[in-house]
Amino acid sequence: MSEPLIFELSRPGRVAFSLPECDVPERPVEELIPAGQIRGDLPLPEVSEPQVVRHFTRLSRMNYGVDMGFYPLGSCTMKYNPRVNEAAAALPGFATAHPLAGEEHSQGALQLLYELQEMLAEIAGMDAVTLQPVAGAQGELTGLLMIRAYHLERGDTARTRILVPDSSHGTNPATAARCGYTITSVPSNDRGRVDLEQLRAAMDSQVAALMLTNPNTLGLFEDEVLEVTRIVHEGGGLVYMDGANMNAILGIARPGDLGFDVMHFNLHKTFSTPHGGGGPGAAAVAAKAHLEPYLPVPRVVRREGAYALSEEHPRSIGRMHTFYGNFANLVRAYTYLRTLGPEGLRLVAENAVLNANYLLALLKEDYEVPYGDRCMHEFVASAQQQAEKGVRALDIAKRLIDHGFHPPTMYFPLIVREALMIEPTETESIETLDAFAEAMREIAREAREQPEVVHDAPHPTPLVTVPVSRVDEVAAARHPNLRWTADE
Amino acid sequence: MLHRIGASSVEELFAEVPPEGRVQGLLRLPPALSEPELLAHLGDLAARTTGTAEYCCFLGAGVYDHYIPAVVPALVGRTEFLTAYTPYQAEISQGLLQSIYEYQTLVCQLTGMDAANASMYDGATALAEAAIMAGAATRRNRFLLPRTIHPYFQHVVATYLAPLPYELVQIPQASDGGVDREALERELDERVAAVLFQHPNFYGCLEDARELCDAAHRVGALAIAAVDPISLGLLTPPGEYGADIVVAEGQSLGNSLSFGGPLLGLMACRSRLLRNLPGRLVGATTDRDGRVSFCLTLQAREQHIRREKASSNICTNQALNALAATVYLCTLGKQGLRRVAELCLQKAHYAHSRLQADAGFTPIFSRPFFKEFALKAPEPVASLNERLRAAGILGGLDLGRLSPELEGATLLCVTERRTREQIDTMVAVAAGDTERS
Repeated sequence: MSEPLIFELSRPGRVAFSLPECDVPERPVEELIPAGQIRGDLPLPEVSEPQVVRHFTRLSRMNYGVDMGFYPLGSCTMKYNPRVNEAAAALPGFATAHPLAGEEHSQGALQLLYELQEMLAEIAGMDAVTLQPVAGAQGELTGLLMIRAYHLERGDTARTRILVPDSSHGTNPATAARCGYTITSVPSNDRGRVDLEQLRAAMDSQVAALMLTNPNTLGLFEDEVLEVTRIVHEGGGLVYMDGANMNAILGIARPGDLGFDVMHFNLHKTFSTPHGGGGPGAAAVAAKAHLEPYLPVPRVVRREGAYALSEEHPRSIGRMHTFYGNFANLVRAYTYLRTLGPEGLRLVAENAVLNANYLLALLKEDYEVPYGDRCMHEFVASAQQQAEKGVRALDIAKRLIDHGFHPPTMYFPLIVREALMIEPTETESIETLDAFAEAMREIAREAREQPEVVHDAPHPTPLVTVPVSRVDEVAAARHPNLRWTADE
Repeated sequence: MLHRIGASSVEELFAEVPPEGRVQGLLRLPPALSEPELLAHLGDLAARTTGTAEYCCFLGAGVYDHYIPAVVPALVGRTEFLTAYTPYQAEISQGLLQSIYEYQTLVCQLTGMDAANASMYDGATALAEAAIMAGAATRRNRFLLPRTIHPYFQHVVATYLAPLPYELVQIPQASDGGVDREALERELDERVAAVLFQHPNFYGCLEDARELCDAAHRVGALAIAAVDPISLGLLTPPGEYGADIVVAEGQSLGNSLSFGGPLLGLMACRSRLLRNLPGRLVGATTDRDGRVSFCLTLQAREQHIRREKASSNICTNQALNALAATVYLCTLGKQGLRRVAELCLQKAHYAHSRLQADAGFTPIFSRPFFKEFALKAPEPVASLNERLRAAGILGGLDLGRLSPELEGATLLCVTERRTREQIDTMVAVAAGDTERS
């Protein structure tokens, strides 16, 4: 069942390429490149085209994607990726466009970017948008650099701290550190929301900003968000919204109206661009007018009826990407928004929240759900009861593979023990949700009666080739083997 | 469903959203379009964008019109790869994990380095991350940044380093098109964390890579090389000339231009720097039954474990682009990549000679080059490019728009895709031969 490494298939002289003969007069390479700079051996594999095709086709079959089944990976919004998005990104004018061809010859691409900026500004309730960041974490970095520039320009140089709730994504404190800030974690209250008293206590003239995910990583709407943003603003800080969970409130609530100053969207979550096995993603950062001057350059603007790339923004934080971000994914997100329209967009949020609440209702008999009976687009269950019998969240996750489902996010957020974070998304049918709940109930029963079955998971499944049993991740970190070498 | 939930309406599920923050009615967005209407609209936008499908491309400057073998999109487009998330669940992600392990190996083979990560966003952010990595590894705070590095790379590095306690020192370019070595020597001291350089550099010129690395090492600084992966089919790998960290823009390896994104950041380093390396890593291990298997590893460097102490904030990377690079490098292999590099070299030198001999262009730099070169045109670059475009040709980059001292110079790129006939036509149009246009 396992597949050899491509290097093990290599045999001298085999080729998979087809290249033309040189049709210009050839000069000796030694005349063109100094002797010390010419490469000797190039140790790449030598394989045939059928070998390449079989190798990667076999590898693909050892992999589970949204197109194969339910993928309730909390916080990741693994919704269906419409195929029309792929058709749009593959249009030759887009796929072969050179980013330096000149504005006058890139009007179609620039119009698309400009219109996407406008649509996202409306959805965010903000004034300006950049599409340059290529991932959520880079969106965070963009937003924090803008916040930093804002404070510095006002002479407010003492603001050296960023507040993050204890339920925040790891990227939030990591990004704040990248901006030179120190981090203060704000504890959540027993309702799973930001504790206002703790926030007031942490807020002072050294705080540059609060980074808040809303709905938060417990799948709960921060119902006191207006007070939260007021407290930070009164202390002279700004409020950044991590938009990872924007799927829950599309067309329902706008971050700008809730008091946020700047936010990012994950276009690869909320706006259906495929995850590609870990990327490429795409992010957009939306900002209120007081932060607009700091947006990265170049900016896509409209001047006298034509679209242009504008570099003349002296207060800008600079440049975040070689060119204009992950354009092909921006085409996909644009296509998605134009497919939905305003009614469709609101239905996304409504169905995402309906599906999550339905699944929560089906599971709460068998699993602890520490933060109440209602949720937004996702909820966090705990396998604490099962863990007391020796079956941990990890075991339950692996056992779900036997049932043909991708496991939920495990052990996050950190404030819930044995966390299983479940996000069904709006694109799943009631039949799928029922089948998943049935599998979860079955596993809960096994945990009580036959825990060894759960411990032994995963087993081979018909959906995807599982060529291995439980993988030893501890050994992998203890003795890193990060590349193949010929002498092994 | 509502009955099961115990709610009377969907509206009730949003009860916790404060009324003052609720959207009244619908957002002001354009109405929904059906699939055929939408594709017609997108087709119109795409048609108003200059693509290399239509124009013969002599433009490079960061992204390149290399041939993408048909097997690359056929395999990368497989839905099991396309619609998967990060392979956190190793058992049902063995395919992706193995392909990333192969990618890491290929990047090491190409660059001559010890370890490579699973990808960064692009060449520019990989260079910025490499600088930050060097700062952490050396506990020094000055970085020497030659002006022969792509200006957009320089700009991204400056943006990333601005909030950190680091100093960027610009090193001018010498008249031959390379790093001004005397200026570099003057700035080198015990405070320098790293010397950054690009090879071939922004102007296509080969730098004295070994000497630059040696200079860095003399003061205990690291050498960070930004390279063109296609050039490594022919040029000495950075591992041999002494680089400590290597980054590259990997778009050339089987990825489309797509108006400049998504791109692919390659990043590799020496073993001793492994714990400072940002991004994901895949390692080989065994399963419970002793079979070879793969998983994400050394995650204690990463943000989801280490939070503010992580080596970087990167999470999502460019996995699918790395897969394209993997398939591309396997398809081209030992002989093919060398052949692509040789074709680029020969064709670029042919075009370089013909433009001087037949169209009155003059060289501005004397250094050897690979596939890109800068020449002074006998007319303003804007009008030259206008005429080329009328003949279906995408001309070079107008260097005067980036730096005034290079007014009148154009940066041209010739890849293996350009035929002698296309080069001759370009030269003829540039020479004002209207018959050929």
